[in-house]
Amino acid sequence: MTPRQATRARRLWALVRKESLQILRDPSAFLIAGVLPLLLLLIFGFGVSLDLKEVRIAVVVERMTPEAASLLDSYRDSRFFRVRVARHRAEVEDELVAGRLSGIVVIPDDFSARLARGARAPIQVLVDGSDPNTAGLAQGYINGVWQNWLLQETASRSALVSRPVAGPRITIEPRSWFNPSLDSRDSLLPGAVAINLTLIGTLLTALVVAREWERGTMEALLATPASRGEILLGKIIPYFALGMLAMAVSTASAVWAFGVPFRGSIAALVAVSSAFLGTMLTLGLLISTKARNQFVACQAALIVGFLPAFELSGFIFEIGSMPAPIQLLTRILPPRYFVSSLQTIFLAGDVPSVLVPNGLILCAFASVLFAMLVRSTPTRLE
Amino acid sequence: MIGRIRHLIVKELLAVWRDRKSRAILVVPPMIQFFVFTFAATQEVKDVPIAVLNEDSGTYARDLVARITGSPNFSRVDFLRSDAEVAPAIDSRRALMVVRIAPDFSRKVAAGRPAEVQLLLDGRRSNAAQLVSGYTGEIISWYEAELSSSRGGPPTPGVVVPRIWFNPNLDPKWSTVPALVAILTTLMGLMITGLSVARERELGTFDQLLVSPLSPTEILIGKSLPALLIGMIEATGMVLLGVFVLGVPFRGSIPLLYLSMIVYLSALIGVGLFVSSLARTQQQAILYSFMFMVPAVLLSGFASPVENMPDWLQTVTLANPVRHFMIILKGLFLKGLPAAEVARKLVPLVLIAAVTLSASSWLFRRRME
Amino acid sequence: MNAGPLVVARGLSKRFPDGTLALDGLDFDVLPGRVTGLVGPDGAGKTTLMRLIAGLLLPSEGSVRSCGFDTASDLPEIRAAVSYMPQRFGLYEDLTVAENLALYADLRGVVGDERTATTQRLLDFTGLGPFTSRLAGKLSGGMKQKLGLACALIRTPRLLLLDEPSVGVDPISRRELWRLVYQLVDRGIAVVWSTAYLDEAERCTSVLTLDRGRLLYDGPPEELTARAIGRTVLVRGADRKRRVLAAALRLPEVVDGVIQGRAVRLVVRDGARPPSPPDLGAPDAEVIPTSPRFEDAFVDLLGGGPKGESPLSGGNRPAIPGADAVVEAVGLTKRFGSFTAARDITFRIGRGEIFGLLGPNGAGKSTTFKMLCGLLVPTEGTARVAGADLYRSGGQARARLGYMAQKFSLYGDLSARQNLEFFSGVYGLSGRRRREAIDRLVGAFELEPFLKVDAGRLPLGFKQRLALACAVLHDPPVLFLDEPTSGVDPLTRREFWSHINAMVERGVTVLVTTHFLDEAEYCDRIALVDKGRVIANGSPDDLKDAARSDSLPEPTLEDAFIGLVEAADAREQAA
Repeated sequence: MTPRQATRARRLWALVRKESLQILRDPSAFLIAGVLPLLLLLIFGFGVSLDLKEVRIAVVVERMTPEAASLLDSYRDSRFFRVRVARHRAEVEDELVAGRLSGIVVIPDDFSARLARGARAPIQVLVDGSDPNTAGLAQGYINGVWQNWLLQETASRSALVSRPVAGPRITIEPRSWFNPSLDSRDSLLPGAVAINLTLIGTLLTALVVAREWERGTMEALLATPASRGEILLGKIIPYFALGMLAMAVSTASAVWAFGVPFRGSIAALVAVSSAFLGTMLTLGLLISTKARNQFVACQAALIVGFLPAFELSGFIFEIGSMPAPIQLLTRILPPRYFVSSLQTIFLAGDVPSVLVPNGLILCAFASVLFAMLVRSTPTRLE
Repeated sequence: MIGRIRHLIVKELLAVWRDRKSRAILVVPPMIQFFVFTFAATQEVKDVPIAVLNEDSGTYARDLVARITGSPNFSRVDFLRSDAEVAPAIDSRRALMVVRIAPDFSRKVAAGRPAEVQLLLDGRRSNAAQLVSGYTGEIISWYEAELSSSRGGPPTPGVVVPRIWFNPNLDPKWSTVPALVAILTTLMGLMITGLSVARERELGTFDQLLVSPLSPTEILIGKSLPALLIGMIEATGMVLLGVFVLGVPFRGSIPLLYLSMIVYLSALIGVGLFVSSLARTQQQAILYSFMFMVPAVLLSGFASPVENMPDWLQTVTLANPVRHFMIILKGLFLKGLPAAEVARKLVPLVLIAAVTLSASSWLFRRRME
Repeated sequence: MNAGPLVVARGLSKRFPDGTLALDGLDFDVLPGRVTGLVGPDGAGKTTLMRLIAGLLLPSEGSVRSCGFDTASDLPEIRAAVSYMPQRFGLYEDLTVAENLALYADLRGVVGDERTATTQRLLDFTGLGPFTSRLAGKLSGGMKQKLGLACALIRTPRLLLLDEPSVGVDPISRRELWRLVYQLVDRGIAVVWSTAYLDEAERCTSVLTLDRGRLLYDGPPEELTARAIGRTVLVRGADRKRRVLAAALRLPEVVDGVIQGRAVRLVVRDGARPPSPPDLGAPDAEVIPTSPRFEDAFVDLLGGGPKGESPLSGGNRPAIPGADAVVEAVGLTKRFGSFTAARDITFRIGRGEIFGLLGPNGAGKSTTFKMLCGLLVPTEGTARVAGADLYRSGGQARARLGYMAQKFSLYGDLSARQNLEFFSGVYGLSGRRRREAIDRLVGAFELEPFLKVDAGRLPLGFKQRLALACAVLHDPPVLFLDEPTSGVDPLTRREFWSHINAMVERGVTVLVTTHFLDEAEYCDRIALVDKGRVIANGSPDDLKDAARSDSLPEPTLEDAFIGLVEAADAREQAA
């Protein structure tokens, strides 16, 4: 190392050290980088589950026949339902309005008769549509139990009267790759890791440069021999380390505490995370440099950093189902590439056809943003 | 005393309104979020690419494939030619599901023997995979019933078509809009109150207020009412947008809507003032508010139904004001929730408001020095 | 080291993007081995000039060379040779003293033995040695300033730029800072020191006087001071000094006047005769010539101080029945945990009196002040304002006091009118009374053209007027001023005090804290607070008398302040 390089390295090191000490001493930074990620992991591990556990339904049995009793038992036995029994529909309709029930199955007066005739739809189903997702799943489960019951019923009846089963049967054999039980936790937790990195990357860094302008220390820093590259790297390096640390902790807890599989390689995880973190850090610093005011910086960080990571990354909401303009928007924001890579690394393994393009796109984002950041970082006060 | 508070309120409103930046922040981000979220926050799965691998050349298989490609849920269907293409299609996320029909499918159907259809799903997107497999199951059931009746067999009762109340087409917008009104009102209400005291403290005007004849209670009221007012205006704007632009029905009573809003905003303002009294700087106020916001919104039933949570967590969410408010809003929008029901659901919110407001008032007095 | 000038400005102009011309065609040199003062009223362009010299801004026209390098093209060289201490000292408040020093040492490439030696020398030099592990944010104003200076000196620069280093710093720390700077100058460094305190300008070898972006004077301060020789007088022996001052300022030949303890100091127009006592409405007084100060000549150079009478003067206020002391503190004590910030503070302030609360940074002055206006509740003791107990009937007591803080705590994003309306409303004025109060003050302070302007964008002088207007809208019998003119230039300060004097003449009682000892001269009585106790209480002249000695026959109030604090510290050491 030439003496000149040594001086530069020392300056950089001093800036990194300064920033790190500031992080360590700021309780709110600790909250965002240390507490919130774990909290998010807990929330996504326990709280946010897209798998319907128990649907509260009422089964209205207008006349208790053997068939009706048998169907009622099928609903009661299913692990998907918490069943309430009623005699009249009017008794439970208000409960549907109040949201204490998600659906009502009505086994009508003439149920057995209709069944014997082979009439269509001998039972009636009412579903609360105010949450379409639950409604859709509830509808599917109710139908599933019904169909199942029907099959058993016809089978036992045909056995009794020894009539051949008419009609073909097509069975469906769903097989889910990477996540055989389709546990939503396994796909949500990798997404939570992405949210954590976004928080550290944008929200914290968006505040740091703005703070230096507000407190007048930027002026002092600019008057020293430190170059703008050094000043920027001095901010990026500590937050990068913090982000990687949070990534490691989040990943470890996801894998060990929540049993999410990890089928890819650590190298791939580190590489993609670095590209993403680099992008988000530069974005945060860019916001901070442009805003020069903590309040505006924070708002901007939420709008371009946190919210896209949450809603436009495909981790909770399916991107393919969004309208075309919003799908286009997700393409110009980094989180979708990272979430898709993380889900792949955790659940599928190192799939080059996913990771390579995503990684390259993230690197491209990082380079463009870094160029913009360097351009907008002044060497003087104007 | 009322006169003094009035001036404090006017001042707070002017301070928000006169500054171009803060005015913009009150209007632009909520609008962007409202529209982007409404369309993005959908758990419905449509237009998701799937693929079909049909190894059978028989008619039944062709028919079934036609039903699948014809379904409104699947507009992008890719055809695979060989088994070897299945893994890459799923791995690279080009297909969420591959429907695989074995070579003997038609023969088995013709013979009346059970025939299989294999669905290969991408478990990385567990929710979408589950929904897609549900759709496909339904298509196949219908096809099965159709085949049965066309052959003159006894008609099977088949699939039950449910009647769906409140949202007959299961339009996701109808449920997202009330939820967003709740979330964005939370965001704005918390931001305005969370920063109000911290900002005055940072700018040094807080001492000026304290040496005026205003009592701490008056200052607290003067800080709360503007936030309440702004929160109600924001919420009204979003309700109007939801109803008139996005076509979501509003079936409840408007006085009940405003009553619930006032109770909810009071609970929220309690939280905001607490944060504001706790924080020394605006930065801390922002970050603390955030620490409250994120879990409160995630555990409100917006991202996923509260019923799906473990029981202990469901108990915890009883303390979450956003959860209660969201239920009330959804009820008022879609179900025309009757007054007795609204009153019942307001009880926990009133309790939460009492707790947050007294806690913030206690902290505010304690931190005045 | 060459002896040529270290800063060479030629035709230097700076126009900001919004069109304001901050500096207009400056030509000057700064020589090594001396302190060059940069003085001028607020908005004169002092900070802009500092930043241009440091290369933080680029000139719009002309050029400036620092240490022989052009600021436009040789930025790295300038940053190696020039040290700059910005107004807020550029310290990281969440780093310790040692960490701040280490940071700047690394940034300036000071390593190895040199670093150990320099750090040690600077710690000794600034007296910060015992505090190396304390967070910079927890230091007092004076210590922050010394740390800022130490950081700027970690590699001995050829040129040191100090932007208003003494704002908010007590007289003792300020005197120490000067001692430090002189040591540097002796080693051949050039120091540029910008300040609003003119007693500091007198200590400079040379001063650059700026006004509205133009250079009015460039030369040794004595030369400027000499222009006022024979034109400065003291009026002594008048019992109504404030009235004498007001009368003097009505005379056309008087260009400037201030109160100095019991006396009134006047500057007369060049060639004019000093006014006679009858002219001043005080036939018993005597008018004696005195030697001029830099400030006299400076104010004269800028065209004189504010003339005429304050619009706030008027009829006498009715006395408050049943209260002989308007502000009364009895045994005020405040403890924070085991630390006693103020101990047994007792005093009474009568009607129409200006009472000053002085003391070093961290001595308990602000704690006392805050207890007196109800911002802090004392651990023991009571305080009464205009007869009402502050802690029992707080709202009532607070309604009787006006309050103005150093930062002019106005709402910057509200217009001037909205600020006035807000404060009048909060103080319970309504209807016609409110309109009249606002109209009266708008007229008095000539705020009419600015009513729609955001308070944050007002020129400093008007900001101060507005803050004062907001504090006195409800015509309070008591006015509390917390460092009201900190960092404010002499002209604005004079105007401010003319208003205060007029109110005091009407019977208003004023309590003021200040670091600025010329301001303390306006007080009738002063309590000097040190280490949480009142160590002296008396008129400015009493305090000066207490400090008079053979070696110091004519002590200034600053000498008295320092002498009394040092004596108290010595007594404590001995005890």
